[in-house]
Amino acid sequence: MTVPQTSVFGARFWIVFLLCGAVLLVAVPVMNLLAAPGSTFSIADHVIPLLGKYICFALLALSLDLVWGYGGILSLGHGAFFGLGGYCMGMYLMRQIGTRGSYGNAILPDFMVFLNWKELPWYWLGFDSFAFAMIMVIVVPGALAFVVGWFAFRSRVSGVYLSIITQALTFALMLAFFRNEMGFGGNNGLTDFKDLLGYNLQAKSTRLWLYAASVIALGLGYIAARAVVASRLGRVLVAARDAESRVRFIGHSVVGARLFAFTLSAVLAGIAGALYVPQVGIINPGEFSPANSIEIAIWVAVGGRGTLAGPIIGALAINGAKSWFTGIAPDFWLFFLGGVFVLVTLGLPQGILGLASRLKGMIGTPRPQAAAGE
Amino acid sequence: MSARPTSQLYLDGVSVSFDGFKALNNLSLVMDPGELRTIIGPNGAGKTTMMDIITGKTRPDTGEVYFAGTVDLTKLDETAIANLGIGRKFQKPTVFEHLTVFENLELAAAGPRLTFRVLWARMTGELRDRIDQMLDFVGLSHRAGWLAGALSHGQKQWLEIGMLLIQESQILLLDEPVAGMTDAETEKTAELILSLKGKRTIVVVEHDMVFVRALGAKVTVLHEGSVLAEGSIDHVSADPRVIDVYLGR
Repeated sequence: MTVPQTSVFGARFWIVFLLCGAVLLVAVPVMNLLAAPGSTFSIADHVIPLLGKYICFALLALSLDLVWGYGGILSLGHGAFFGLGGYCMGMYLMRQIGTRGSYGNAILPDFMVFLNWKELPWYWLGFDSFAFAMIMVIVVPGALAFVVGWFAFRSRVSGVYLSIITQALTFALMLAFFRNEMGFGGNNGLTDFKDLLGYNLQAKSTRLWLYAASVIALGLGYIAARAVVASRLGRVLVAARDAESRVRFIGHSVVGARLFAFTLSAVLAGIAGALYVPQVGIINPGEFSPANSIEIAIWVAVGGRGTLAGPIIGALAINGAKSWFTGIAPDFWLFFLGGVFVLVTLGLPQGILGLASRLKGMIGTPRPQAAAGE
Repeated sequence: MSARPTSQLYLDGVSVSFDGFKALNNLSLVMDPGELRTIIGPNGAGKTTMMDIITGKTRPDTGEVYFAGTVDLTKLDETAIANLGIGRKFQKPTVFEHLTVFENLELAAAGPRLTFRVLWARMTGELRDRIDQMLDFVGLSHRAGWLAGALSHGQKQWLEIGMLLIQESQILLLDEPVAGMTDAETEKTAELILSLKGKRTIVVVEHDMVFVRALGAKVTVLHEGSVLAEGSIDHVSADPRVIDVYLGR
């Protein structure tokens, strides 16, 4: 008897996927542009970049789920890849300011003039080109992940040790980027952006386009992650999570599978960072703070790791709650976040999505299934 | 040594110690292609360590380990050794619990191993047939879609044996393959191993003397990390030293 190999890109998937896409990509802009302001269906202008920011966080959570949920690699430094992607975009945006800066210097960003620098550092060269900056958004986080992963996975560093290494990585980057001598604006970071590809960043249409670009990036990232997870390499990744040495003894490369997933994940995180920066208008070393990276893991855990869709839901839900909470009771937000994390860890090991499928299981017929997750 | 060129597996003077404890002490073992060998010995005799050395999990302190007379296994890692054609079944059944039985066999099946080739690998009709045959062979056809973690202990043992066979290794290292099996399952395993005799080189580590006798192969007795006796089961059973350290107790 053969197992029916269910396609992960079947009709049901595309219906749900396109439905979500339509809501985010058509309904939201329409509600912003056409609905009468103040009506129930209207989305205010200032909400668009906020939603765009959440979408970027969702892509970031998705990227972490690929390595954590499927590979068992809990990276507590994914904020580093997000931040690097963001800085690459920020450098492009800085170069676009040109003579409109406070000092009117056509070449040097304001902070360099302020520091009395005479010429652009070599690593800023090329960032006046959008294409070059976009390539760097992919290459810089990807290369860092590849190098770190290469050493870590080859030396068989895993579990909590890998978490500590990645945490140290983002902490080190934070300290480095705080230094003025690094040439990335020190603790002020990069800000005062004017336009992107010639379009004013404050304009309503630019904000809508950036939001749309984030949604499309999330959609493509989701499809890519789903394809990887459904591939034979995805199964090697899961197998290595559960029984690492067995994978080696059947001749598959644990290092190869992990390195691929980790690098791809960092690239997705970098793209998320690059889309985030023009929507919030600033990138500073705070993005590298260890607490940020830990928060990403919370989004994934709350949404349900090892599900891809769950972390997206988790990131949207937690950040939505954060915006709402910091409006009404800012002092209690961190207690709330901590409380949610404890509750989920103890009561919902599979997160929101696990709860949903458990409720569905109560109604439908239960199937024999081993406990999932690690 | 002269035996090396024609051997399938060749260990000579292998020693390894962990924190001063000599797990293997000047161990030598030569296996001809297609040979079936059973290895017995008390706990701590070095049986599992020997398998760790052959499969690259542990590096010997001294000694030579060669595959097919020419390939130095002490220079390779587990993955490379597995791809040379040395398969291993663990003492405790180790399968991928969160993958289905079918997927477990899919990953083990001989095929692409380079990371990007694995990424793009497709399920072919030929591979599906091979997996279906193996499912049938190990009696798990009705469990193909189950997660391997939901199988019984005996079924996991069989799945692991199936994974080892579909890997198409030339050398099979079986660490206590019938532990936890019923008598009927043990008998079936013995039949399976005997059917492979001559086609694959097989090393069986086992405590179950009934099973060892059923295989009727040459027996190597390990004790304190080196070979104590070697020969037919009747020969080693009659050896007073073997009786003293192992059988008699």
